[in-house]
Amino acid sequence: MNALAQQNALAQQVAPAPLLSVTGLSKRFGNVAACSDVSFDLYPGEVLGIVGESGSGKTTLLNCISGRMAPDAGEVAFATRRFGLSDIYSLSEPDRRRMQREEWGFVHQNARDGLRMRATASANVAEPLMNMGGRHYGKMRAETEKWFNRVELDPSRLDGQPRLFSGGMQQRVQIARNLIHRPRLVFMDEPTGGLDVSVQARLLDLMRELVRDLNLAVVLVTHDMAVARLMADRLLVMKQGKVVETGLTDQVLDDPQQPYTQLLVSSVLQI
Amino acid sequence: MSTQSQPLIIIEELGKTFTLHNGGGATIPVFGNLTLQIEARECVVLAGPSGIGKSTLLRSIYGNYLPSVGAVKVLHHGVYVDISTAPPYKLLEVRRRTMGYVSQFLRVIPRISTLQLVAEPLLDNGVALDEAYARAEAVLTSLQLPRAHWDLPPATFSGGEQQRVNIARSFIRNYPILLLDEPTASLDAENRAIVVGLIRDALAAGAAMIGIFHDDEVREAVATRQLPVAQFKLAA
Repeated sequence: MNALAQQNALAQQVAPAPLLSVTGLSKRFGNVAACSDVSFDLYPGEVLGIVGESGSGKTTLLNCISGRMAPDAGEVAFATRRFGLSDIYSLSEPDRRRMQREEWGFVHQNARDGLRMRATASANVAEPLMNMGGRHYGKMRAETEKWFNRVELDPSRLDGQPRLFSGGMQQRVQIARNLIHRPRLVFMDEPTGGLDVSVQARLLDLMRELVRDLNLAVVLVTHDMAVARLMADRLLVMKQGKVVETGLTDQVLDDPQQPYTQLLVSSVLQI
Repeated sequence: MSTQSQPLIIIEELGKTFTLHNGGGATIPVFGNLTLQIEARECVVLAGPSGIGKSTLLRSIYGNYLPSVGAVKVLHHGVYVDISTAPPYKLLEVRRRTMGYVSQFLRVIPRISTLQLVAEPLLDNGVALDEAYARAEAVLTSLQLPRAHWDLPPATFSGGEQQRVNIARSFIRNYPILLLDEPTASLDAENRAIVVGLIRDALAAGAAMIGIFHDDEVREAVATRQLPVAQFKLAA
């Protein structure tokens, strides 16, 4: 894994080509501009945090760039395995769905939205492997067990139903389900949102480790500045649908340039 | 790494002014017109009283603060990268491979063991797990951090112990450039001497450093030149 990471690091250094390239993305709901003219590039292995208050357009942006909601204007280009860098909304529906299934993951804030609560946890985790054509039950079971260990879930709960799991465990199942098929890009919507802080710290560390070992690119939506600082390499600060500031995470948080970002950062409670 | 004649850092006409938009648009000028070149084996110590802008300068060089004017060019794999204009992914690459930073305070993810934290910079650079942990153990041993602490997260450590964890993270690999913000502030004499030894070894191996040291003894021991920051002070 580490040789691979090193190779990736070197490749990145020679010719950095964006994995995801968003240009001029806009989305309106009636009179409300939920996103206006958002542009950014995301590189392999990079964690991009999208921060801003409620209603600033974070989730709309995430939905548009993850192929779940077509924007009114602009382009979302992804470096697909099969077609190279292509606008995801100009792919045919089956091709887009296949790309989403095979190359992306999506971790919801609420595990209930991302899991089948009455299927077993192992079925939930193994499903992406079946989607990719896996048919060997024993191999998939072994891989699932490996991922249970990796996200620190007790393998004795493999055949339990997620609805009987705690919130933190459900979130681990969801993370395993979204990484088992080795995606290159994972979208996360407040992944540690409803969890207590001790579970949150463990999960953040786990996600960071996975990002490093798998050279994952992540788009992380959060309103928690502490989570953004620990997880994200780079931040987009949104206000009323516009990106008001962007830059390296510690630069944006320690030396914010825009009035709104200064207000946002100075409002964080200290303990 | 670099030839003798090529400076590792070139700072040109650098200036920093803070603007507080929510404080009535007040501006706080810190420094300006700062030009400086640093070569391998040099340790430039920023001198001057508190509040003169030493840390602000150091943070501007690291890209933690965004310089208002000027350039900070860092020699990264044989090419100069301007920290003040480089795209974030480039800046992260420079920080991961070329330019390390030791702050006064340890800021890490809670509940991660000390050993893992210290090994992290190596793992981020693709070093194998076993080797990374072996080297982490070696550097913690040389900094005299008790073995019983290694598997614990540093949150409950004393100030001096946390600082040594911080130092271990930066000296575990040979960064060509190191920025040091009072790395010995909360250490006792014995540990200060150990850190001075680490700094001298790194300098001898060809590193370039910029540091802030309030301790005269340490400053004397490591500085190859002093830069009084007051001469670049901007009038408020």
